Amino acid sequence: MVCKEVFRRLSEYLDGDLDPGLAQELALHLGHCEDCNIVVDTTRKTIEVYCNTEPMPLPPDVQARLDRALAEKLGWKR
Amino acid sequence: MPTHLANEAELVTKAREGDADAFTRLLRQYERYIYRLALRITGNEEDAEDVLQEAMLKAYTRIGQFQGDSRFYTWLVRIAVNEALMKLRKRATRAREVSLDEPVEDGGRVPVLREVEDWGDNPEQRYAKVELQRILDEVIERLEPIYRAVFLLRDVEGFSTEEAAEMLNLSVPAVKSRLLRARLQLRERLNKYFGKGKESGLQRGVPQTV
Repeated sequence: MVCKEVFRRLSEYLDGDLDPGLAQELALHLGHCEDCNIVVDTTRKTIEVYCNTEPMPLPPDVQARLDRALAEKLGWKR
Repeated sequence: MPTHLANEAELVTKAREGDADAFTRLLRQYERYIYRLALRITGNEEDAEDVLQEAMLKAYTRIGQFQGDSRFYTWLVRIAVNEALMKLRKRATRAREVSLDEPVEDGGRVPVLREVEDWGDNPEQRYAKVELQRILDEVIERLEPIYRAVFLLRDVEGFSTEEAAEMLNLSVPAVKSRLLRARLQLRERLNKYFGKGKESGLQRGVPQTV
C-alpha cells in the first residue's frame, strides 16, 4: 500500500470499518512509514481531544436569558 | 458526550407527566453541551443562543413524543441540530453563501497533506481548560459549515454515517468524504498548537491569533 492510499482509507481505518485485508495492508505500511504513522496517530488524537473536552458552563448572561425564556413561555421558574 | 444521569429514566418519566422540576434537571445536565454544539455549528453566539432556547422550548413541548428508545441527550441533540441547520440555511440564503445542501465538488480526490508533525502523548495537557476550549472552537470555526456539521455529528455526538446523512440531507458517500476532509483539516490546523517542539506558528509565518 502507498501513502496516498493510506490517506484515502484513513477514516475507515480509524472507525474500524475497513475490510480486514486492507486493514492489515495498512497496518503493515504503518510499520515502516513514520509519516503515515504520525498522520494516523494525530488524526486519532484530533477526534479524541474534541470528544473528551468538557464544555464550559453557559455564560451567565446566556444562562439568565435561557431561564427567563423558559419561565415566561412555560410558566414555571427554575 | 455528557455523563448519563443515574436517575435519567425516572426524570424523563416525570418530565413526560409534566413535572417541570424533573425537566429542569435534565436540561441543566445538558444545556452547556447543547450550547457548545450550536455555537460550533452556527459559528455565531447570537444564533447559538437562539438555537439553545428554541431547542429547550421545543423539547418541553415535545417531551410526550420521546419514546425512550434513545438517550434523552441524543433526542435533544437531534432537535438542536435541526434548529442550528435551519439557522445556517437562512443565513446562507441571505448572504448567498455556499449552501449546506450544495455538493462541494471534490471529485473524490485525496486531500493533500502538507504538514506531518508528531504531537507526543496527551498534547491537550499543555493547555489550561479554558485555553484548550478556545483553541478547539477557533480551529473548528475555520472549517466550511458542512465539514463542521459532519465532524460534530459523527465524531463528537456519535451519530452513525447514515444518521448524519439523513440529518444533513447528504448521501452516505458525501458524509464519508466530508468526514475525512474535516478530520484531516482539523488535524493540520491543530499542528500549530499540539506539534511537538514547535514554539508557535511564527516559525512557519502563520499569523498568531493567541
